[in-house]
Amino acid sequence: MTGWEQYRDVIEDREFPTVRDWRERTGGKVIGCFPVYAPVELPYALGMLPVGIFGGGNRIELAHADSRFQSFICSIVKSTLELGFIGKLDLFDGLLFHSICDPARNLASVMQRNFAERPAIYVHLPQNMTSPSVVPWFASELRRVGEALGAVAGRPIRDVDMARAIGAYEVVRGLLRHLYALRTEAPERISTAELYTLARLVTLMDPAESAPILRDAIERSQQRQERPKDRIRVVLVGSFCEQPPLELIESLESAGCYLVDDDFLQGWRWARRAVAGGGDPYEALARAYVEDSVHLSTKHDLRRPRAQALIESVKSSRADAVIFLGAKFCEPGLFDYALYRRALEEHGIPHLFLEFEEKMWLYDRVRGEVETFVESMLFTEATA
Amino acid sequence: MSVAPAVRYQGTIHELQKELMTRYYGELTDIAEGRSDAKNAHLLIAGNPVEILRAFDILPVYPEVNALQLAVRKVSLPLIQKAEEFGYATDNCAYVKADIGLFHAGGVAPFGTVPKADLLLCNYVGCNVYLNWFEHLAELTGSPAVNIDIPFIRTQGGEPTADDIRYVVAQLEELIALLERITGKRLDREKLRRTVDLSAQAGELWAKIKDLTKQRPAPYDAYFDSVTMMAPLYCLRGTEECVSFFQTAYAEMSAKVARGEGPLAQERFRIVIEGPPPWPFLRAFRDLFTRWGAVAVASTYSTVGGLWEFGFRHDPAKPLESIARHMLAENLCNRTMLQRYDQIQRYARDWNADALVIHSVKSCRLFSAGQGDMREHFVHDLDLPTLLIESDLEDPRYFSHAQLRNRIDAFFEALEQRRVTAAADAADAAGVAS
Repeated sequence: MTGWEQYRDVIEDREFPTVRDWRERTGGKVIGCFPVYAPVELPYALGMLPVGIFGGGNRIELAHADSRFQSFICSIVKSTLELGFIGKLDLFDGLLFHSICDPARNLASVMQRNFAERPAIYVHLPQNMTSPSVVPWFASELRRVGEALGAVAGRPIRDVDMARAIGAYEVVRGLLRHLYALRTEAPERISTAELYTLARLVTLMDPAESAPILRDAIERSQQRQERPKDRIRVVLVGSFCEQPPLELIESLESAGCYLVDDDFLQGWRWARRAVAGGGDPYEALARAYVEDSVHLSTKHDLRRPRAQALIESVKSSRADAVIFLGAKFCEPGLFDYALYRRALEEHGIPHLFLEFEEKMWLYDRVRGEVETFVESMLFTEATA
Repeated sequence: MSVAPAVRYQGTIHELQKELMTRYYGELTDIAEGRSDAKNAHLLIAGNPVEILRAFDILPVYPEVNALQLAVRKVSLPLIQKAEEFGYATDNCAYVKADIGLFHAGGVAPFGTVPKADLLLCNYVGCNVYLNWFEHLAELTGSPAVNIDIPFIRTQGGEPTADDIRYVVAQLEELIALLERITGKRLDREKLRRTVDLSAQAGELWAKIKDLTKQRPAPYDAYFDSVTMMAPLYCLRGTEECVSFFQTAYAEMSAKVARGEGPLAQERFRIVIEGPPPWPFLRAFRDLFTRWGAVAVASTYSTVGGLWEFGFRHDPAKPLESIARHMLAENLCNRTMLQRYDQIQRYARDWNADALVIHSVKSCRLFSAGQGDMREHFVHDLDLPTLLIESDLEDPRYFSHAQLRNRIDAFFEALEQRRVTAAADAADAAGVAS
């Protein structure tokens, strides 16, 4: 075991125990970051703790927010607003939103109006990846956001602190890359439920404190002796923003899948390799996002279509199939599915479409669908 | 209430618009069917650099306009369903689905044939679905594609930063270089200034036309008749034809003001409408307001492609900077929800509106996400009677006539009652005072 069970409750607890603990110990301020990608280095460079806000999960009831956002809007938007209405965001000194989709953008405005005392800082993520101007512009945007966060911190942001913050997050991103590679290589040694829990924990802790936990998990996984089960290897996509319940991830695995790649929590492990050090830290971060980030569903890089990236992921992880696990009403994900389906059919890769809601309790139906899918594949394999 | 008699909504501008749009789609069809070798670029309505295309004699094609035309002609549903067969979800924007369905139908529509794009020019102005849409078109058609990244308005003052302006101008220069390669000719900068000037003239006339609805009665409906004028504004902006259309429209509307005429026999309620219309049922939807004598005096939808009524004009002396400003700040789509609240509040005050009607459409989350909060703000903070109704702009499956009629009738009944009560209170107060 990687010692992950103790964190199961922590990652779902909307009292944010690790964050409260950090705040009590350090007296520092806290910045909530909406998925998918947030420049967490900026608040960290100012001595503040960036924390992942992933909605209300399946532990809160919507009592106010569903009168503000319609029934066809995804759950994470509503449940994040609900967290504000029921005081669960009082712990936060500011919130970072960004241009990942239309409802998320409007949520930033709605939060600003309803909770004027808590700054809602908005980051525009660039979408013209081929312009020579994009890196300098995005660096200037990161500087602007750094200044806005500096107003919350009560002090200006310094380049030296930025470089240090990039280094701190580079450590945890590197460790997560290591764990992901371990799982791809030998998924019997670390389950996705474990890996997910650890990755989610990273979004709730100081990187200096989560890094030892990740190192320990790597060590334990490497030492684990487990015989591979008769499961299919699956790449999972579609859950890049709103997150499925942990129990659903476990259900997919126990239904016969080794998940060998996924897009959970991508914003906290967005860099494909280490962010280049030296020089202007803002420019380094901007360049890494534009040139070297994973295939985020909210980043539209016309040089590298995401369907192509998915096929590459299937090949490089030696996966047998793809499961698209999309959040209900998530428009970017649903659009991606149409292109994924086309590419997967062209390449003869079996795939299964599933939808989830963060507030779901029953997994039998999903489990049944996955079991049937897995059985059909194992049967085909056996008779081939 | 007394039910208003059936109204014929068509006037000179409607006839002229039809003529212009028929000619425009004829030009597209000529390209698609090989009778013209003119180049075309597909782009989006929200703040766009069409002036640059016009300066290259490149014809703009608007998938949004094509999609709404399909809905108006009641042929959108089979195309939407065709896209759904290819994996698009019921929750995806139906404009996109209708357009994807149209591609699979060879681009042949009742109003013309849509040519394959020489360039897919995605002006990413607010709406994230734009990015998906053009990404999918690029994948399906193999046409070259480029994204013009327009930073969203996100500063306290509601203005773009100096870096934003420089960034957009730089991308426009890159676009010009790309168009020079596509067309094989250099940009004529003087011609660009001329097209920008024509946009400025159209913007000036459009702003004056919009100002006329401050009159009682408003000479036209600023929602249902504005959409008639929006077609030439977008499809023909930067041309002499466009300016000429708006000169005619301004003359017609001014004459109506002089005669004290409105679109209805009697203007009983002045409303602001927020959100796009239900194109498949435009006439039926309008009738639901007409029966109450309700006339829109302002609408947010008429500003998706540009906000001219508050003073912005393209500037031929600074063509690229003013195009950049238009794309960044002078259109509804790239502005925040809170800026939209301010815009509506300004309409309600300066155009003397009695109420706000929010038409929430499932397809367009840029518009709709959070409109419940908008209602909350206008009802509770500003005491403006507000109605929130739902359907869709393209997919006829989401339009429930009976349900909408019930909601709209109940709202205007309450509004009428509120007016009667207010009059009685005023009379009582006057009685007490005397």
